[in-house]
Amino acid sequence: MIKAILIFNNHGKPRLSKFYEHYTEDTEQQIIRETFHLVSKRDENVCNFLEGGLLIGGSDNKLIYRHYATLYFVFCVDSSESELGILDLIQVFVETLDKCFENVCELDLIFHMDKVHNILAEMVMGGMVLETNMSEIITQAEAQSKMEKSEAGIAGAPARAVSAVKNMNLPEMPKNINIGDISIKVPNLPSFK
Amino acid sequence: MALKIVKGSIDRMFDKNLQDLVRGIRNHKEDEAKYISTCIDEIKQELKQDNIAVKANAVCKLTYLQMLGYDVSWAAFNIVEVMSSSKFTYKRIGYLAASQCFHEGTDVIMLTTNQIRKDLSSPNQYDTGVALTGLSCFVTPDLARDLANDIMTLMSHTKPYIRKKAVLIMYKVFLKYPESLRPAFPRLKEKLEDPDPGVQSAAVNVICELARRNPKNYLSLAPLFFKLMTSSTNNWVLIKIIKLFGALTPLEPRLGKKLIEPLTNLIHSTSAMSLLYECVNTVIAVLISLSSGMPNHSASIQLCVQKLRILIEDSDQNLKYLGLLAMSKILKTHPKSVQSHKDLILQCLDDKDESIRLRALDLLYGMVSKKNLMEIVKKLMLHVDKAEGTTYRDELLTKIIDICSQSNYQYITNFEWYISILVELTRLEGTRHGHLIASQMLDVAIRVKAIRAFAVAQMATLLDNAHLLTGNTQRNGICEVLYAAAWICGEFAEHLEDPMLTLEAMLRPKVATLPGHIQAVYVQNAAKLFATVLQKHEGETDSQAAQETSQLLIDRLPLFVQSANLEVQERASCILQLVKYIQKLQQKNVEVAEEVTALFAGELNPVAPKAQKKVPIPEGLDLDAWINEPPSESESEDEKPKAVFAKEEPKHSRSRHTEVDEKELARRREARKQEQANNPFYIKASPSSQKVYDAPGVEHIPVVQIDLSVPLKVPGMPMSDQYVKLEEERRQKEKADKKKKEKKKKREKRGKGRKGDSGPESEEDITPAHHVDIVTEEMPENALPSDDDDKDPNDPHKALDIDLDKPLADSEKLPVRTHRPEVLKSPAEDRDDNTIPQETKKKSSKDKKEKKKDKEKDRKRSKEDKKKKKKHKDVEEELPESLPEEVVQSEETKEASDLDFWLSSAPVPPVAQVVTVSSSAAAATVDSSSAAAAESEPEELKDTEPDDTKSSKHKKKKQKKEKEEKEKKKKKRHHHHHHHHSDAGAEDSVQNGTVEDEEPLPPMSNYSLLAENSYIKMMKEDADQVCDIQGNHQDESKVVVSVIFENKSDSFLKSMEFNVLDSLNSKLQRPDGAGPHDGLTVPFQLPPGVSNEARFVFSVQSIVMPQKLKGTLTFIVKTDESSTHEKLDFKLHFTCTSYLITTPCYSDAYAKLLESGDLKGSSLRLEGVNMPFHHLLARICFHHHFSVVERIDSCASMYSRSIQGHHVCLLVKSSDQTVSIDAKCDEPSLLGNVLDEIKQTFSKC
Repeated sequence: MIKAILIFNNHGKPRLSKFYEHYTEDTEQQIIRETFHLVSKRDENVCNFLEGGLLIGGSDNKLIYRHYATLYFVFCVDSSESELGILDLIQVFVETLDKCFENVCELDLIFHMDKVHNILAEMVMGGMVLETNMSEIITQAEAQSKMEKSEAGIAGAPARAVSAVKNMNLPEMPKNINIGDISIKVPNLPSFK
Repeated sequence: MALKIVKGSIDRMFDKNLQDLVRGIRNHKEDEAKYISTCIDEIKQELKQDNIAVKANAVCKLTYLQMLGYDVSWAAFNIVEVMSSSKFTYKRIGYLAASQCFHEGTDVIMLTTNQIRKDLSSPNQYDTGVALTGLSCFVTPDLARDLANDIMTLMSHTKPYIRKKAVLIMYKVFLKYPESLRPAFPRLKEKLEDPDPGVQSAAVNVICELARRNPKNYLSLAPLFFKLMTSSTNNWVLIKIIKLFGALTPLEPRLGKKLIEPLTNLIHSTSAMSLLYECVNTVIAVLISLSSGMPNHSASIQLCVQKLRILIEDSDQNLKYLGLLAMSKILKTHPKSVQSHKDLILQCLDDKDESIRLRALDLLYGMVSKKNLMEIVKKLMLHVDKAEGTTYRDELLTKIIDICSQSNYQYITNFEWYISILVELTRLEGTRHGHLIASQMLDVAIRVKAIRAFAVAQMATLLDNAHLLTGNTQRNGICEVLYAAAWICGEFAEHLEDPMLTLEAMLRPKVATLPGHIQAVYVQNAAKLFATVLQKHEGETDSQAAQETSQLLIDRLPLFVQSANLEVQERASCILQLVKYIQKLQQKNVEVAEEVTALFAGELNPVAPKAQKKVPIPEGLDLDAWINEPPSESESEDEKPKAVFAKEEPKHSRSRHTEVDEKELARRREARKQEQANNPFYIKASPSSQKVYDAPGVEHIPVVQIDLSVPLKVPGMPMSDQYVKLEEERRQKEKADKKKKEKKKKREKRGKGRKGDSGPESEEDITPAHHVDIVTEEMPENALPSDDDDKDPNDPHKALDIDLDKPLADSEKLPVRTHRPEVLKSPAEDRDDNTIPQETKKKSSKDKKEKKKDKEKDRKRSKEDKKKKKKHKDVEEELPESLPEEVVQSEETKEASDLDFWLSSAPVPPVAQVVTVSSSAAAATVDSSSAAAAESEPEELKDTEPDDTKSSKHKKKKQKKEKEEKEKKKKKRHHHHHHHHSDAGAEDSVQNGTVEDEEPLPPMSNYSLLAENSYIKMMKEDADQVCDIQGNHQDESKVVVSVIFENKSDSFLKSMEFNVLDSLNSKLQRPDGAGPHDGLTVPFQLPPGVSNEARFVFSVQSIVMPQKLKGTLTFIVKTDESSTHEKLDFKLHFTCTSYLITTPCYSDAYAKLLESGDLKGSSLRLEGVNMPFHHLLARICFHHHFSVVERIDSCASMYSRSIQGHHVCLLVKSSDQTVSIDAKCDEPSLLGNVLDEIKQTFSKC
């Protein structure tokens, strides 16, 4: 079982948090902080597994993470999951995001948290892996956004226009924040087919 | 309308959407909290609007804020509103928000049930999908119960997208609502073979999760998974299955053998590291499970270790980590194969990656030997010094202690070194493991007697320098060490060089800042030291020193008397008073030392953890029994506490109670004394616990012999390094010594080296510096090994420990809302789906069983002599509780035999449909004890449908009968093989109802031999009324006769016709249109050696008299060359007993019946009945269809009822081989006949 999926940046700001067990908001924040603390102090060339997260679960649990440019993707899993399998799953997740957002970067995740959640929901459900096939995930995610667009229809048009106007300011944004391209290719790990 | 929508969206243009919110937060870095609180106010406004789009937007923003740590549970109702929107876009937002913040405590969750149900059955697959996804996050027991059936229906949805989600969510449903597991499991199992790989993967996922917690229930799925493993190409699925097998193999070693080959193949062939790794892992699990039985898997071990070495040497840290992880599993069972890679592992200890170092530490545990322990620990101590981060350092500390203390300090050659290591560890800053070090110190000091003097010296130094440990309040953990130090110094004070000094150190004012429990130990042990000091100065003429000590205590103790800690205070004031008294005596020059020392005389033995728990309950001690009479019910609640204080115990009742049990009590007392004598832990009244050693039970405790070869005096705080040097020198010296007598030693060494399990180096040449006997921990005698100590009672998975092989009972249904038209499939259909295969299963299980029986028979044939005994044993063993359970058992047997069959590599045994009668003397086991069957009959009649009853019962009876029949054959030694055509050899209508009697409930059968000739044998059982209770009223005169036809010849028997000459009273029921003299065709043919059963219905008018009917069976014997017409005559005997039906009766109804006065009595006396009373009852129950109403000692009341509704009551009393039966019935002639038959039954015994 996957206990939690966390995405945060190099400064520990959460970009997505998905807990498959209930915690209070405070505990969740504490877990994110603690996890960030554990993960961030590790060097680049060490292994991607971590034990000893005190807050989530007991000794059975492991943190499995990957670091892409400015973002950490952390999965907290128990012993029923294969470590390398989860690493591959993170890879699939990131690649899927990359396809859905067209060259994903931290900003996409910041502004479209809901969309990330929706993509994740096609991969992991209730803490169990639902789908590992990337094209299947993308098909389902796209079918749903299509449905969303058709529902918005005419009524959605003005809102879209406004949002387009608002987004015209966007190019200024990157100045404030530290975005890097997410490097996607990772050696050594053949992903699932 | 349209205008409204446009207006709404124009309004929305000016609302913040999620992007605006994010942007806003980023632009207000300085006052983020303030900005967010204004946003929340805006959201609250938005939620008040009617427009669902606005609401959805607000909820979407709330979801974002929730991630930032803001509590949004106040909007739960609005979230439910958005969830119930008809638009997918909004619905999804709602469900996302719900999945992020709903939980079991959210009260609005119960409002969602219907909405979710509606969404689940929505025609849009994404609506369903979103609902399933959301539900998976916030499902509650109530939701699980209400929706389980809907979700189960979705498991068979046409779209794989829905199917896989529905399958996956079932796991969550099971967790919250365990009752759903059994009904849903058959379908879940089906999904393992779903055509869609996603659905299949989901099903594998769910079953793996379930099986991980309760593997034994899923063992029967192993063949299916094995098939999947060999056929699937999906790595994800493969990994899951292989992991599952890893969990199953410990339960079934044969499975492991089967797995080894395909797994090794996978290891060789796969390119995916993840799969390879899991394969290696499972192979290891297999090897572990086989390690006891099969030594010849060294090739597999080698393969694993070799692959793991490749992983560890890989530059990828992840693989290195996993390699070490898997290596540690091998270590447990095959330490030698791992030890050869010691270099690699020690290398990993220096890795920059903490995770890897931790894993390597785990492995070190198995790497140490006597030779390298010091060296390795030295290395670890260096790491301890270097380590930043307390987690890693604490881990190191525990590992050092683990490594040193493993298997009873096996590898420690020098305990002084170990003590100094422990002392060095106390200098660690901020460790949490002070108590661990303390317990090690205590353990070593107590158990290794030779080291006590040294340990005491070290502890005294520690106490003296206590300020170093306590100086910083942050280092609370480490001050636990002082607890051990104080205790050791006090307990073994005789070893102290200067007890006065230590005493002084223990009474420093600073001690008062220590935690209470440590202070308490200080105070207590100060008193011990005081006793030692007194004793030391006793002989001297000058009593100055002793008096000074008393004064010191009197001065210092008041500090502790004022302590807030109750324990400290109490001990201190006790001791203070004592010392004051001693001081008085001292001033009178009275010698007190001996008395004071006596206070602390005796020695404490180490006691194993859990020893207390494992003391067996003495025989005759019932912990649940009342010691006093239980308080009478009439006593009101508020009176009770009063009684406790006023001691107004009802004395009379108590004394009466003792009187009654006087003998028993005496016996118990004796037993208890015996027990206590054998129990070293029982604290006796004698003042000195030294006496414990006199008890016979403790003689085996080894008393340590000390032989010190190293000077003990080490000044100041020792450095463990010194010992390393010392040790080396010592070894050098020993080596030199050895060279002299090398020849002799070498031989010895070799012998020992083989035995030793620790490493390739012949480390036995390192003799320990101390010859230390380690006192083993004590355990109570007869301690029961129990493993159930560690289970967590709150584990949710415990509820899922459900036997899945049992067939579903009617009561196990998922709650269904039948009136809803949305339910795609009617629940009834669902049920059918599940029950039909089970029905067939049942049947096939019968076959299987018989097959099994066959095998058994073959086996037994050789042991003709022992057979009889064995048979009865079998009968006893297999006594099922009742018939319905019997069915369950057979079901289980079927599953088990399936698995057995799959696991065994033996060739497939030919499937035999029925029992062959090739050997007349073969014994078969009986599946059901007739007695039990008889008892359960009434329930069965009541509980199940009449048809089911018939079939299942008869099947069972058939088997029973077959056995019976064989017994008979054996007895009579009928020579009936290869006879030809001797017709009408059936002059005997044998009516020997029961066969034989042996002691423990002999098998009983109502089948009796009807007629037999060289071709065919007929057994009949007419006792079997199938008139069920309803049937009685309409048609109260039917008797069913079951006849078993068995072909004993080598020829084929066909066209059998059964005919009976009707009497006025009894008529064979013939099909419509048949003449009164036509026979009934038996609906089957009989190949050679086969038997089968047919039933015939008779209608009876009067049942008060027994009667006999003549009949004939005609049949055609067909051989290869010819066919002949044969016939067999028989007589059917209808006893009055046959008209009785076992009917349960409650004692109150029974009493009323007897009181009514409608019944006429009669009685019967049987002499010389030599059988236990319960056998007697069982016999009456079984042969005469009675049920026991009530039984008191050797007196029982029984009841039965005829098919025409006559009541028959019996009162059976037994004393000294005489049985008297008083009977009452409303039909005297029936009663008379029944009694005659009972008499007959027992006269045959």
